[in-house]
Amino acid sequence: MHADPKGVLTGIHFIDGDHAACEGALAAGCRFAAGYPITPSTEVVERFAARIPLVGGMFIQLEDELASSIAIQGAAWGGKKVMTVTSGPGLSLMMEHVGLAAIAEVPCVFVDVQRGGPSTGLPTLPAQADMMQVKWGSHGDYEPIALSPNSPQECFDLMIKAFNLAETYRVPVFFMMDEVVGHMTERVVIPEASEIEVVERKWTAKKPSEYRPYGTDESLVPEMVKAGDGYRIHITGLTHDERGYPAMNAQAQDKLVKRLVNKIRDHRDQLVDVRADGVEGADVIVVSFGITSRVAGAAVEAARRKGIKVGHLRLIITWPFPAKVIRDLALTAKAFVVPELNMGQMALEVERAVSGKAAVLTLPHAGGTVHEPDAILAKIMEAAQ
Amino acid sequence: MQKSEIRVGGLGGQGVILCGMIIGKAASIFDGKHATLIQAFGPEARGSACSAQVTVADEAIGYPYVKNPDILIVMSPDAYTQFAPQVSPGGMLLYESDLITLDDKLPKGVRAFGVPATRFAEELGRRLVLNIVMTGFFAGVTGLLSFESVEKAVKSSVPKGTEDLNLRAFRKGYEYGREQAAAKN
Repeated sequence: MHADPKGVLTGIHFIDGDHAACEGALAAGCRFAAGYPITPSTEVVERFAARIPLVGGMFIQLEDELASSIAIQGAAWGGKKVMTVTSGPGLSLMMEHVGLAAIAEVPCVFVDVQRGGPSTGLPTLPAQADMMQVKWGSHGDYEPIALSPNSPQECFDLMIKAFNLAETYRVPVFFMMDEVVGHMTERVVIPEASEIEVVERKWTAKKPSEYRPYGTDESLVPEMVKAGDGYRIHITGLTHDERGYPAMNAQAQDKLVKRLVNKIRDHRDQLVDVRADGVEGADVIVVSFGITSRVAGAAVEAARRKGIKVGHLRLIITWPFPAKVIRDLALTAKAFVVPELNMGQMALEVERAVSGKAAVLTLPHAGGTVHEPDAILAKIMEAAQ
Repeated sequence: MQKSEIRVGGLGGQGVILCGMIIGKAASIFDGKHATLIQAFGPEARGSACSAQVTVADEAIGYPYVKNPDILIVMSPDAYTQFAPQVSPGGMLLYESDLITLDDKLPKGVRAFGVPATRFAEELGRRLVLNIVMTGFFAGVTGLLSFESVEKAVKSSVPKGTEDLNLRAFRKGYEYGREQAAAKN
Protein backbone atom coordinates (compact mmCIF):
# COMPACT_ATOMS: atom_id res chain seq x y z
CA MET A 1 0.00 0.00 0.00
CA HIS A 2 1.01 3.62 -0.38
CA ALA A 3 2.23 6.01 2.29
CA ASP A 4 -0.20 8.22 4.16
CA PRO A 5 0.23 11.67 2.53
CA LYS A 6 -0.03 13.34 5.94
CA GLY A 7 3.44 12.09 6.88
CA VAL A 8 5.14 12.74 3.55
CA LEU A 9 6.98 16.04 3.10
CA THR A 10 7.09 15.84 -0.69
CA GLY A 11 9.70 18.11 -2.23
CA ILE A 12 13.41 18.72 -2.66
CA HIS A 13 15.16 19.55 0.58
CA PHE A 14 18.66 20.39 1.76
CA ILE A 15 18.67 18.63 5.13
CA ASP A 16 20.97 16.50 7.22
CA GLY A 17 20.80 12.77 7.73
CA ASP A 18 19.14 12.99 11.14
CA HIS A 19 16.31 15.12 9.75
CA ALA A 20 16.01 12.92 6.67
CA ALA A 21 15.78 9.82 8.88
CA CYS A 22 12.90 11.43 10.76
CA GLU A 23 11.12 12.21 7.49
CA GLY A 24 11.69 8.64 6.35
CA ALA A 25 10.09 7.36 9.53
CA LEU A 26 7.09 9.66 9.12
CA ALA A 27 6.71 8.65 5.48
CA ALA A 28 6.92 4.98 6.51
CA GLY A 29 3.98 5.52 8.84
CA CYS A 30 5.76 5.84 12.19
CA ARG A 31 3.29 7.53 14.52
CA PHE A 32 4.91 6.92 17.88
CA ALA A 33 8.46 7.56 18.99
CA ALA A 34 9.99 7.63 22.43
CA GLY A 35 13.51 8.54 23.33
CA TYR A 36 16.03 10.00 25.67
CA PRO A 37 17.78 12.39 23.30
CA ILE A 38 21.51 11.82 22.89
CA THR A 39 24.15 13.29 20.59
CA PRO A 40 24.54 12.73 17.67
CA SER A 41 20.98 11.45 17.23
CA THR A 42 19.12 14.31 18.94
CA GLU A 43 17.99 16.04 15.74
CA VAL A 44 15.99 12.97 14.72
CA VAL A 45 13.66 13.20 17.71
CA GLU A 46 13.84 16.98 17.83
CA ARG A 47 12.30 17.05 14.37
CA PHE A 48 9.90 14.22 15.17
CA ALA A 49 8.64 16.08 18.24
CA ALA A 50 8.03 19.18 16.11
CA ARG A 51 6.44 17.36 13.18
CA ILE A 52 4.31 14.71 14.84
CA PRO A 53 1.55 17.03 16.15
CA LEU A 54 0.97 18.12 12.55
CA VAL A 55 0.91 14.55 11.27
CA GLY A 56 -1.05 12.96 14.11
CA GLY A 57 0.79 10.79 16.57
CA MET A 58 2.95 11.06 19.63
CA PHE A 59 6.48 11.60 20.82
CA ILE A 60 7.44 11.07 24.44
CA GLN A 61 10.74 12.17 25.89
CA LEU A 62 11.24 9.66 28.65
CA GLU A 63 13.47 9.43 31.66
CA ASP A 64 15.93 7.04 30.07
CA GLU A 65 16.57 4.50 27.34
CA LEU A 66 15.01 1.59 29.23
CA ALA A 67 11.71 3.42 29.38
CA SER A 68 11.99 4.53 25.75
CA SER A 69 12.71 1.08 24.39
CA ILE A 70 9.77 -0.44 26.24
CA ALA A 71 7.32 2.41 25.61
CA ILE A 72 7.62 1.86 21.87
CA GLN A 73 6.72 -1.78 22.33
CA GLY A 74 3.59 -0.84 24.23
CA ALA A 75 2.67 1.52 21.41
CA ALA A 76 3.32 -1.21 18.84
CA TRP A 77 0.81 -3.44 20.63
CA GLY A 78 -1.50 -0.45 20.59
CA GLY A 79 -1.32 -0.62 16.81
CA LYS A 80 1.27 2.01 15.91
CA LYS A 81 4.42 1.84 13.86
CA VAL A 82 7.17 2.82 16.28
CA MET A 83 10.80 3.77 16.72
CA THR A 84 13.27 4.85 19.32
CA VAL A 85 16.38 6.86 18.57
CA THR A 86 19.71 6.72 20.35
CA SER A 87 23.48 6.39 20.17
CA GLY A 88 25.87 3.81 21.62
CA PRO A 89 25.53 4.56 25.35
CA GLY A 90 21.75 4.52 25.07
CA LEU A 91 21.75 1.45 22.88
CA SER A 92 23.66 -0.44 25.56
CA LEU A 93 20.88 0.34 28.03
CA MET A 94 18.23 -0.82 25.57
CA MET A 95 19.62 -4.30 25.09
CA GLU A 96 17.27 -6.03 27.52
CA HIS A 97 14.28 -4.70 25.63
CA VAL A 98 15.77 -5.61 22.28
CA GLY A 99 15.52 -9.17 23.54
CA LEU A 100 11.90 -8.66 24.51
CA ALA A 101 11.13 -7.26 21.03
CA ALA A 102 12.79 -10.36 19.57
CA ILE A 103 10.95 -12.96 21.65
CA ALA A 104 7.58 -11.17 21.74
CA GLU A 105 8.01 -10.38 18.01
CA VAL A 106 7.31 -6.68 18.25
CA PRO A 107 7.84 -4.74 15.01
CA CYS A 108 10.02 -1.76 15.95
CA VAL A 109 12.90 0.30 14.66
CA PHE A 110 15.94 1.24 16.74
CA VAL A 111 17.82 4.16 15.21
CA ASP A 112 21.47 4.17 16.30
CA VAL A 113 23.50 7.19 15.22
CA GLN A 114 26.89 5.75 16.06
CA ARG A 115 29.59 7.68 17.89
CA GLY A 116 32.96 6.68 19.31
CA GLY A 117 32.89 4.30 22.29
CA PRO A 118 33.14 2.35 24.55
CA SER A 119 30.95 4.04 27.16
CA THR A 120 30.30 7.75 26.56
CA GLY A 121 33.38 7.82 24.31
CA LEU A 122 33.21 10.54 21.66
CA PRO A 123 29.77 12.18 21.78
CA THR A 124 30.21 14.38 18.72
CA LEU A 125 32.41 12.21 16.52
CA PRO A 126 31.73 9.17 14.33
CA ALA A 127 32.32 5.45 14.66
CA GLN A 128 30.84 2.23 13.28
CA ALA A 129 31.59 0.25 16.38
CA ASP A 130 28.09 -0.90 17.37
CA MET A 131 27.81 -3.39 14.52
CA MET A 132 28.40 -6.50 16.61
CA GLN A 133 26.43 -5.10 19.52
CA VAL A 134 23.25 -4.99 17.45
CA LYS A 135 23.88 -8.53 16.26
CA TRP A 136 24.65 -10.06 19.62
CA GLY A 137 23.83 -7.43 22.26
CA SER A 138 20.83 -9.04 23.91
CA HIS A 139 21.19 -12.52 25.34
CA GLY A 140 19.77 -15.61 23.72
CA ASP A 141 19.33 -16.52 20.05
CA TYR A 142 17.55 -14.21 17.64
CA GLU A 143 18.26 -12.66 14.25
CA PRO A 144 17.98 -8.89 14.00
CA ILE A 145 17.96 -6.88 10.79
CA ALA A 146 20.27 -3.89 10.34
CA LEU A 147 20.67 -1.32 7.58
CA SER A 148 23.55 1.09 6.94
CA PRO A 149 22.73 4.30 5.05
CA ASN A 150 25.58 6.48 3.73
CA SER A 151 23.79 9.72 2.84
CA PRO A 152 20.84 11.85 3.92
CA GLN A 153 18.91 10.59 0.87
CA GLU A 154 19.44 7.03 2.02
CA CYS A 155 18.49 7.99 5.57
CA PHE A 156 15.10 8.78 4.07
CA ASP A 157 14.83 5.91 1.58
CA LEU A 158 16.24 3.14 3.76
CA MET A 159 14.26 4.22 6.81
CA ILE A 160 11.11 3.33 4.90
CA LYS A 161 12.68 -0.02 4.10
CA ALA A 162 13.59 -0.48 7.79
CA PHE A 163 9.98 -0.02 8.84
CA ASN A 164 8.76 -2.28 6.07
CA LEU A 165 11.14 -5.02 7.17
CA ALA A 166 10.14 -4.62 10.83
CA GLU A 167 6.51 -5.15 9.85
CA THR A 168 7.21 -7.98 7.43
CA TYR A 169 9.29 -10.04 9.85
CA ARG A 170 8.16 -8.71 13.23
CA VAL A 171 11.70 -8.17 14.47
CA PRO A 172 13.66 -5.27 15.93
CA VAL A 173 15.32 -3.50 12.99
CA PHE A 174 18.44 -1.41 13.60
CA PHE A 175 19.07 1.69 11.53
CA MET A 176 22.83 2.08 11.75
CA MET A 177 23.73 5.66 10.99
CA ASP A 178 26.87 7.40 12.25
CA GLU A 179 27.71 10.94 13.29
CA VAL A 180 28.93 11.97 9.83
CA VAL A 181 25.89 10.66 7.98
CA GLY A 182 23.63 12.08 10.68
CA HIS A 183 25.07 15.58 10.54
CA MET A 184 25.91 15.74 6.85
CA THR A 185 23.59 17.97 4.83
CA GLU A 186 22.74 17.13 1.22
CA ARG A 187 19.88 17.23 -1.21
CA VAL A 188 17.06 14.89 -0.23
CA VAL A 189 14.26 14.21 -2.67
CA ILE A 190 11.03 13.14 -1.00
CA PRO A 191 8.58 11.73 -3.56
CA GLU A 192 4.81 11.86 -3.59
CA ALA A 193 3.09 9.59 -1.06
CA SER A 194 1.63 7.60 -3.96
CA GLU A 195 5.16 6.64 -5.00
CA ILE A 196 6.14 5.30 -1.57
CA GLU A 197 5.34 1.66 -0.84
CA VAL A 198 4.74 0.87 2.80
CA VAL A 199 4.10 -2.52 4.35
CA GLU A 200 1.03 -2.68 6.52
CA ARG A 201 1.12 -4.77 9.68
CA LYS A 202 0.04 -8.37 9.23
CA TRP A 203 -3.30 -8.07 11.04
CA THR A 204 -5.29 -11.20 11.68
CA ALA A 205 -8.68 -11.81 10.10
CA LYS A 206 -9.41 -14.60 12.56
CA LYS A 207 -12.12 -14.39 15.19
CA PRO A 208 -10.99 -13.98 18.81
CA SER A 209 -11.98 -17.60 19.54
CA GLU A 210 -9.78 -18.91 16.71
CA TYR A 211 -6.83 -16.54 16.99
CA ARG A 212 -3.53 -17.83 18.33
CA PRO A 213 -1.10 -14.93 18.87
CA TYR A 214 1.97 -17.02 18.04
CA GLY A 215 0.49 -19.53 15.65
CA THR A 216 2.09 -19.24 12.22
CA ASP A 217 1.93 -20.40 8.66
CA GLU A 218 4.98 -21.25 6.50
CA SER A 219 6.13 -17.60 6.60
CA LEU A 220 6.93 -18.26 10.28
CA VAL A 221 5.67 -14.75 11.04
CA PRO A 222 2.51 -14.70 13.19
CA GLU A 223 -0.44 -12.41 12.58
CA MET A 224 -0.96 -9.53 14.98
CA VAL A 225 -3.82 -7.87 16.82
CA LYS A 226 -3.90 -4.64 18.69
CA ALA A 227 -5.06 -3.80 22.17
CA GLY A 228 -8.71 -2.81 22.30
CA ASP A 229 -9.85 -4.94 19.37
CA GLY A 230 -11.47 -7.52 21.64
CA TYR A 231 -8.81 -10.20 21.56
CA ARG A 232 -7.52 -11.59 24.83
CA ILE A 233 -3.80 -12.00 24.42
CA HIS A 234 -0.82 -12.58 26.63
CA ILE A 235 2.60 -11.17 25.79
CA THR A 236 5.63 -12.34 27.70
CA GLY A 237 9.40 -12.46 27.62
CA LEU A 238 9.22 -16.04 28.83
CA THR A 239 9.34 -18.87 26.35
CA HIS A 240 5.75 -19.29 25.22
CA ASP A 241 3.44 -21.51 23.21
CA GLU A 242 1.21 -20.51 20.30
CA ARG A 243 -1.30 -19.00 22.72
CA GLY A 244 1.40 -16.74 24.15
CA TYR A 245 1.35 -18.44 27.54
CA PRO A 246 4.58 -19.38 29.29
CA ALA A 247 5.74 -22.88 28.39
CA MET A 248 9.03 -23.39 30.07
CA ASN A 249 10.31 -26.66 28.73
CA ALA A 250 12.81 -27.86 26.16
CA GLN A 251 10.18 -28.70 23.58
CA ALA A 252 8.57 -25.25 23.57
CA GLN A 253 12.00 -23.59 23.61
CA ASP A 254 13.08 -25.65 20.60
CA LYS A 255 9.97 -24.73 18.66
CA LEU A 256 9.99 -21.02 19.49
CA VAL A 257 13.70 -20.23 19.19
CA LYS A 258 14.05 -22.17 15.96
CA ARG A 259 11.15 -20.23 14.50
CA LEU A 260 12.58 -16.90 15.71
CA VAL A 261 15.88 -17.48 13.93
CA ASN A 262 14.46 -19.30 10.93
CA LYS A 263 11.96 -16.61 10.04
CA ILE A 264 15.03 -14.56 9.11
CA ARG A 265 17.44 -17.31 8.04
CA ASP A 266 14.88 -18.83 5.66
CA HIS A 267 14.54 -15.41 4.00
CA ARG A 268 18.23 -14.59 3.84
CA ASP A 269 18.20 -14.38 0.05
CA GLN A 270 15.37 -11.84 0.08
CA LEU A 271 17.27 -9.91 2.72
CA VAL A 272 20.39 -9.38 0.61
CA ASP A 273 20.82 -5.73 -0.27
CA VAL A 274 24.25 -4.85 -1.60
CA ARG A 275 25.59 -2.42 -4.20
CA ALA A 276 28.18 -4.15 -6.33
CA ASP A 277 30.49 -2.01 -8.45
CA GLY A 278 32.89 -3.84 -10.73
CA VAL A 279 33.19 -6.94 -8.56
CA GLU A 280 32.99 -9.45 -11.43
CA GLY A 281 36.52 -10.50 -12.30
CA ALA A 282 38.09 -8.11 -9.80
CA ASP A 283 41.35 -9.15 -8.14
CA VAL A 284 40.64 -7.09 -5.05
CA ILE A 285 37.21 -6.38 -3.58
CA VAL A 286 36.62 -3.67 -1.00
CA VAL A 287 33.74 -4.50 1.34
CA SER A 288 32.32 -1.47 3.11
CA PHE A 289 29.18 0.00 4.65
CA GLY A 290 27.82 3.32 5.89
CA ILE A 291 30.00 6.41 5.73
CA THR A 292 33.10 4.32 5.06
CA SER A 293 31.61 3.22 1.74
CA ARG A 294 31.81 6.81 0.48
CA VAL A 295 35.45 7.14 1.43
CA ALA A 296 36.18 3.68 0.03
CA GLY A 297 34.50 4.65 -3.25
CA ALA A 298 37.04 7.45 -3.71
CA ALA A 299 39.90 5.02 -2.98
CA VAL A 300 38.52 2.41 -5.40
CA GLU A 301 38.44 4.98 -8.20
CA ALA A 302 42.01 6.06 -7.43
CA ALA A 303 43.14 2.41 -7.51
CA ARG A 304 41.45 1.86 -10.87
CA ARG A 305 43.32 4.84 -12.26
CA LYS A 306 46.50 2.99 -11.24
CA GLY A 307 45.36 -0.03 -13.24
CA ILE A 308 44.27 -2.25 -10.33
CA LYS A 309 41.27 -4.52 -11.00
CA VAL A 310 39.34 -3.58 -7.91
CA GLY A 311 35.65 -3.96 -7.13
CA HIS A 312 33.52 -2.43 -4.42
CA LEU A 313 30.82 -4.28 -2.55
CA ARG A 314 28.72 -2.01 -0.38
CA LEU A 315 26.52 -3.60 2.26
CA ILE A 316 23.14 -1.87 2.64
CA ILE A 317 21.62 -4.59 4.82
CA THR A 318 24.44 -5.51 7.16
CA TRP A 319 22.42 -8.03 9.22
CA PRO A 320 21.68 -10.69 8.16
CA PHE A 321 25.18 -10.69 6.70
CA PRO A 322 25.24 -11.47 2.94
CA ALA A 323 27.63 -14.38 3.43
CA LYS A 324 26.67 -16.15 0.20
CA VAL A 325 27.45 -13.10 -1.94
CA ILE A 326 30.94 -12.89 -0.41
CA ARG A 327 31.47 -16.65 -0.58
CA ASP A 328 30.75 -16.60 -4.32
CA LEU A 329 33.07 -13.65 -4.92
CA ALA A 330 35.83 -15.41 -2.98
CA LEU A 331 35.96 -18.05 -5.72
CA THR A 332 37.48 -15.52 -8.13
CA ALA A 333 38.87 -12.61 -6.11
CA LYS A 334 42.37 -12.82 -4.67
CA ALA A 335 41.79 -10.55 -1.73
CA PHE A 336 39.20 -8.57 0.19
CA VAL A 337 39.86 -5.27 1.92
CA VAL A 338 37.56 -4.33 4.80
CA PRO A 339 37.80 -0.74 6.03
CA GLU A 340 35.50 0.10 8.93
CA LEU A 341 35.34 2.63 11.76
CA ASN A 342 35.94 0.03 14.45
CA MET A 343 38.75 -2.31 15.39
CA GLY A 344 37.55 -5.12 13.12
CA GLN A 345 33.92 -6.24 13.44
CA MET A 346 32.31 -6.89 10.07
CA ALA A 347 35.75 -8.05 8.87
CA LEU A 348 35.16 -11.12 11.04
CA GLU A 349 32.05 -11.90 9.02
CA VAL A 350 33.93 -11.40 5.76
CA GLU A 351 36.63 -13.79 7.00
CA ARG A 352 33.97 -16.31 7.97
CA ALA A 353 32.31 -16.13 4.55
CA VAL A 354 35.59 -16.17 2.61
CA SER A 355 36.66 -19.15 4.70
CA GLY A 356 40.30 -19.10 3.66
CA LYS A 357 39.62 -19.03 -0.09
CA ALA A 358 41.08 -15.53 -0.45
CA ALA A 359 43.08 -13.13 1.68
CA VAL A 360 41.16 -10.74 3.94
CA LEU A 361 42.96 -7.51 4.79
CA THR A 362 41.36 -5.53 7.58
CA LEU A 363 41.65 -1.78 7.85
CA PRO A 364 40.44 -0.89 11.31
CA HIS A 365 40.03 2.70 12.52
CA ALA A 366 39.18 3.62 16.10
CA GLY A 367 36.77 6.36 14.99
CA GLY A 368 36.61 10.07 15.67
CA THR A 369 36.82 10.79 11.97
CA VAL A 370 36.66 8.78 8.75
CA HIS A 371 39.49 6.93 7.00
CA GLU A 372 41.86 8.80 4.74
CA PRO A 373 41.07 7.68 1.19
CA ASP A 374 44.85 7.24 0.76
CA ALA A 375 44.93 4.72 3.61
CA ILE A 376 42.30 2.61 1.85
CA LEU A 377 44.14 3.05 -1.45
CA ALA A 378 47.39 1.83 0.16
CA LYS A 379 45.57 -1.23 1.52
CA ILE A 380 44.11 -1.97 -1.92
CA MET A 381 47.61 -1.74 -3.43
CA GLU A 382 48.93 -4.08 -0.72
CA ALA A 383 46.11 -6.53 -1.42
CA ALA A 384 46.82 -6.44 -5.16
CA GLN A 385 50.44 -7.56 -4.62
CA MET B 1 35.00 15.84 -12.13
CA GLN B 2 34.67 19.56 -11.41
CA LYS B 3 34.87 19.98 -7.65
CA SER B 4 35.18 23.02 -5.42
CA GLU B 5 35.94 22.64 -1.75
CA ILE B 6 34.84 25.53 0.40
CA ARG B 7 35.35 26.32 4.05
CA VAL B 8 33.44 29.02 5.91
CA GLY B 9 34.86 30.12 9.25
CA GLY B 10 33.95 32.69 11.88
CA LEU B 11 32.43 33.05 15.29
CA GLY B 12 29.33 31.30 16.56
CA GLY B 13 26.47 33.78 16.04
CA GLN B 14 27.88 35.31 12.85
CA GLY B 15 25.81 33.01 10.69
CA VAL B 16 28.69 30.87 9.49
CA ILE B 17 26.66 27.68 9.18
CA LEU B 18 23.80 29.46 7.41
CA CYS B 19 26.30 30.85 4.90
CA GLY B 20 27.50 27.30 4.17
CA MET B 21 23.92 26.07 4.11
CA ILE B 22 22.91 28.67 1.51
CA ILE B 23 25.87 27.84 -0.73
CA GLY B 24 25.08 24.11 -0.53
CA LYS B 25 21.39 24.64 -1.09
CA ALA B 26 21.98 26.96 -4.05
CA ALA B 27 24.29 24.41 -5.64
CA SER B 28 22.27 21.26 -5.03
CA ILE B 29 18.69 22.46 -5.31
CA PHE B 30 18.79 25.44 -7.68
CA ASP B 31 21.98 24.99 -9.71
CA GLY B 32 21.77 21.28 -10.64
CA LYS B 33 25.03 20.37 -8.92
CA HIS B 34 25.86 18.12 -5.98
CA ALA B 35 26.74 19.59 -2.61
CA THR B 36 27.69 18.21 0.78
CA LEU B 37 27.75 20.36 3.90
CA ILE B 38 29.58 19.29 7.03
CA GLN B 39 29.50 21.43 10.14
CA ALA B 40 32.30 21.30 12.63
CA PHE B 41 30.23 19.76 15.35
CA GLY B 42 31.36 20.14 18.92
CA PRO B 43 30.51 21.79 22.21
CA GLU B 44 30.40 25.13 20.43
CA ALA B 45 28.45 28.21 21.41
CA ARG B 46 27.88 31.82 20.48
CA GLY B 47 31.19 33.66 20.34
CA SER B 48 33.42 30.59 19.94
CA ALA B 49 35.10 29.37 16.76
CA CYS B 50 32.72 27.87 14.25
CA SER B 51 33.12 26.50 10.74
CA ALA B 52 31.32 24.79 7.90
CA GLN B 53 32.70 22.72 5.05
CA VAL B 54 30.93 22.63 1.71
CA THR B 55 31.90 20.56 -1.29
CA VAL B 56 30.27 21.51 -4.59
CA ALA B 57 30.72 19.15 -7.54
CA ASP B 58 29.10 18.15 -10.79
CA GLU B 59 29.06 14.48 -9.73
CA ALA B 60 28.17 12.63 -6.53
CA ILE B 61 30.55 13.43 -3.69
CA GLY B 62 32.37 10.63 -1.85
CA TYR B 63 34.78 11.83 0.80
CA PRO B 64 32.81 14.57 2.55
CA TYR B 65 35.44 16.56 4.45
CA VAL B 66 37.27 19.66 3.24
CA LYS B 67 40.94 19.73 4.17
CA ASN B 68 42.56 22.18 1.79
CA PRO B 69 39.79 24.46 0.61
CA ASP B 70 39.83 25.96 -2.86
CA ILE B 71 37.78 28.80 -1.41
CA LEU B 72 38.06 30.00 2.19
CA ILE B 73 35.47 32.43 3.50
CA VAL B 74 36.41 33.94 6.88
CA MET B 75 34.53 36.37 9.08
CA SER B 76 36.80 36.54 12.14
CA PRO B 77 40.54 36.91 12.81
CA ASP B 78 40.64 33.58 14.66
CA ALA B 79 39.11 31.76 11.73
CA TYR B 80 41.63 33.40 9.41
CA THR B 81 44.53 32.39 11.66
CA GLN B 82 43.26 28.84 11.93
CA PHE B 83 42.27 28.13 8.35
CA ALA B 84 44.33 30.45 6.07
CA PRO B 85 47.38 28.16 6.06
CA GLN B 86 45.21 25.33 4.69
CA VAL B 87 44.04 27.07 1.52
CA SER B 88 45.09 25.05 -1.50
CA PRO B 89 47.71 26.49 -3.85
CA GLY B 90 45.96 28.63 -6.43
CA GLY B 91 42.96 28.93 -4.12
CA MET B 92 40.98 31.94 -3.05
CA LEU B 93 40.41 33.79 0.22
CA LEU B 94 37.30 35.86 0.84
CA TYR B 95 37.58 37.81 4.08
CA GLU B 96 35.89 40.42 6.24
CA SER B 97 38.32 43.27 5.59
CA ASP B 98 37.44 45.46 8.58
CA LEU B 99 38.04 42.62 11.02
CA ILE B 100 40.90 40.72 9.43
CA THR B 101 44.40 41.86 8.47
CA LEU B 102 46.23 39.61 6.04
CA ASP B 103 49.69 38.37 6.90
CA ASP B 104 52.17 35.69 5.87
CA LYS B 105 49.89 32.87 7.06
CA LEU B 106 48.24 32.95 3.68
CA PRO B 107 50.01 30.58 1.27
CA LYS B 108 51.68 32.23 -1.73
CA GLY B 109 49.59 32.41 -4.87
CA VAL B 110 46.26 32.51 -3.03
CA ARG B 111 44.11 35.34 -4.40
CA ALA B 112 42.55 37.39 -1.60
CA PHE B 113 39.38 39.47 -1.83
CA GLY B 114 38.17 41.58 1.09
CA VAL B 115 34.76 43.01 1.88
CA PRO B 116 33.75 45.21 4.84
CA ALA B 117 30.73 42.97 5.35
CA THR B 118 29.92 44.03 8.92
CA ARG B 119 29.97 47.72 7.94
CA PHE B 120 27.79 47.05 4.89
CA ALA B 121 25.37 45.10 7.07
CA GLU B 122 25.20 47.93 9.58
CA GLU B 123 24.54 50.42 6.77
CA LEU B 124 21.69 48.22 5.57
CA GLY B 125 20.18 48.39 9.04
CA ARG B 126 21.20 45.17 10.82
CA ARG B 127 24.63 43.91 11.62
CA LEU B 128 23.14 40.41 11.72
CA VAL B 129 23.08 40.13 7.91
CA LEU B 130 26.85 40.25 7.54
CA ASN B 131 26.83 36.54 6.65
CA ILE B 132 24.45 37.24 3.78
CA VAL B 133 26.70 40.07 2.56
CA MET B 134 29.56 37.52 2.65
CA THR B 135 27.39 35.01 0.77
CA GLY B 136 26.66 37.61 -1.91
CA PHE B 137 30.35 38.51 -2.04
CA PHE B 138 31.18 34.82 -2.54
CA ALA B 139 28.69 34.58 -5.40
CA GLY B 140 29.97 37.79 -7.02
CA VAL B 141 33.69 37.06 -6.81
CA THR B 142 33.69 33.35 -7.64
CA GLY B 143 30.86 33.07 -10.17
CA LEU B 144 30.74 29.40 -9.07
CA LEU B 145 26.95 29.46 -8.80
CA SER B 146 24.43 31.59 -10.67
CA PHE B 147 23.13 34.78 -9.08
CA GLU B 148 19.56 33.47 -9.31
CA SER B 149 20.38 30.18 -7.59
CA VAL B 150 22.04 31.80 -4.63
CA GLU B 151 19.34 34.45 -4.41
CA LYS B 152 16.65 31.75 -4.27
CA ALA B 153 18.64 29.89 -1.62
CA VAL B 154 18.93 33.06 0.47
CA LYS B 155 15.24 33.79 0.15
CA SER B 156 14.20 30.28 1.18
CA SER B 157 16.68 30.02 4.08
CA VAL B 158 16.19 33.23 6.07
CA PRO B 159 13.42 33.81 8.63
CA LYS B 160 10.06 34.93 7.25
CA GLY B 161 9.68 38.69 7.31
CA THR B 162 13.40 39.31 6.84
CA GLU B 163 13.58 38.42 3.15
CA ASP B 164 13.82 42.01 1.86
CA LEU B 165 16.66 42.97 4.16
CA ASN B 166 18.53 39.77 3.44
CA LEU B 167 18.09 40.07 -0.32
CA ARG B 168 19.41 43.65 -0.17
CA ALA B 169 22.38 42.39 1.84
CA PHE B 170 22.93 39.64 -0.71
CA ARG B 171 22.84 42.07 -3.66
CA LYS B 172 25.16 44.50 -1.90
CA GLY B 173 27.73 41.77 -1.32
CA TYR B 174 27.26 40.39 -4.84
CA GLU B 175 27.77 43.74 -6.57
CA TYR B 176 30.82 44.56 -4.46
CA GLY B 177 32.16 41.12 -5.28
CA ARG B 178 31.71 41.66 -9.03
CA GLU B 179 33.56 44.98 -8.77
CA GLN B 180 36.44 43.51 -6.77
CA ALA B 181 36.78 40.56 -9.12
CA ALA B 182 36.77 42.87 -12.17
CA ALA B 183 39.35 45.18 -10.57
CA LYS B 184 41.78 42.29 -9.96
CA ASN B 185 41.40 40.61 -13.33
